[in-house]
Amino acid sequence: MTRPIAIMLTINAEPVTAMVESRLSLADFLRHQLRLTGTHVGCETGSCGACLVMQDGRVIHGCLTLAVQADGSAIQTIEGLSESGAIADLQAAFHERNALQCGFCTPGVLMTAQELLQLEGVPSREEIRDALSGNYCRCTGYQAIVDSIETTAQRRAVGEAEQPA
Amino acid sequence: MKAGDVAYFRAQSVSDAVAAFRSCEGDARYLAGGQSLLAAMNLRLLTPDLLIDIAHIDALRGIERRGGEIRIGALTRHAEILSSPIIASHVPLLAAAAPWVAHPAIRNKGTIGGSIAFADPASEFPAVALALNARIELDNGDSVRFVEAQDFFLDLYETAAEPGEILSAVWFPVATPDQRCTFDELARRRGDYAIVGVAIVADFSGEIVDRIRIVFFSVGSTPVRALRAEAALTGTALVDTDIELAQQALAGDLSPSDDVQVSAATRMHLASVLLRRQLGKLPVPTPKAVRA
Repeated sequence: MTRPIAIMLTINAEPVTAMVESRLSLADFLRHQLRLTGTHVGCETGSCGACLVMQDGRVIHGCLTLAVQADGSAIQTIEGLSESGAIADLQAAFHERNALQCGFCTPGVLMTAQELLQLEGVPSREEIRDALSGNYCRCTGYQAIVDSIETTAQRRAVGEAEQPA
Repeated sequence: MKAGDVAYFRAQSVSDAVAAFRSCEGDARYLAGGQSLLAAMNLRLLTPDLLIDIAHIDALRGIERRGGEIRIGALTRHAEILSSPIIASHVPLLAAAAPWVAHPAIRNKGTIGGSIAFADPASEFPAVALALNARIELDNGDSVRFVEAQDFFLDLYETAAEPGEILSAVWFPVATPDQRCTFDELARRRGDYAIVGVAIVADFSGEIVDRIRIVFFSVGSTPVRALRAEAALTGTALVDTDIELAQQALAGDLSPSDDVQVSAATRMHLASVLLRRQLGKLPVPTPKAVRA
């Protein structure tokens, strides 16, 4: 076995130092070494979107990134986004609309949605579906997911209009 | 599945990376975005001994105009191509293809250099490079050489890059005012590898086609130029009868094979449908607006 490599990064705004095997994926590092199990592992080929996390503010696949590649970067997982309250409105909209059943895909879907909602303007339903093309959900049929993201986009747009920054 | 055991080295410069490649006794691979390489490693289709991470080499970044060309650094991510005003105005075919590359999270990480160096026959950017006959810049740590795209894609995942050479940039010709282009593909799910796709660029004199390049992808071991269809369309005004002749000529240009998705006959039929549809869109270019 090749020798482990030291990495330093921030995970959910906390500094983390660890020794990792170079073959270890970021998703497995988060789950097995840090016990942050909200990041799920599905296909491990970048198709299903269950493992999405944010690296330096952009959504990426935890299964197609090595932990060593993340050295020096800032990672946000679903735990970080949840605890900071950044996606509380999105989560509430998912709850209201029953936009999840088994929940396996949900952390990845929320990551995709959050990145989409950070762009300017309210996305169309077609744009929401296009953004979700990399997220497999085998329970809901997507209708409720698209509804929830659309609702959140509209609520955020109204909120911004009422409270200019 | 999980990737096999592998050593990792983060290079700070191209010469640093090439030196690591040359001193590796086993199979060394350059790692940029890793969106194809790591997927192949997870499937154990590839089991390199050493990964040389080139993603932190600043010299491989940047999009800039150099004379009549746009130089795109190898590490430019697909998402950057989607949002670049320079590419939107000067390399519209590449901008039109970018939304079709995989899914948003892949586009945030995958690089144009990686896509072209990996030379997946179902990938969009190799087809665009061939349609525009881009120049591929290869750096061996000591010197740089250029290979035209039409001489670059040799076979399945096989290119004209020598062992150890790093694909450092891709140079696309600046589109002329009389040029029109179109790009489309058919896939079971948006963002998946295409069943068949096409990139077309044409120079017009008024309504007459002076020169046209048609490249299909996902129909063979490399992107494929439809030379007979191009010949059938050159000098025409792309009326229905011209397009029908080009569709007939396609049978001599493409020889797709069966795979788990579709039969060769279906793929051939879809290529013909796509050709007609896209040629119909050429006279009035409508670039697709996409949120990056």
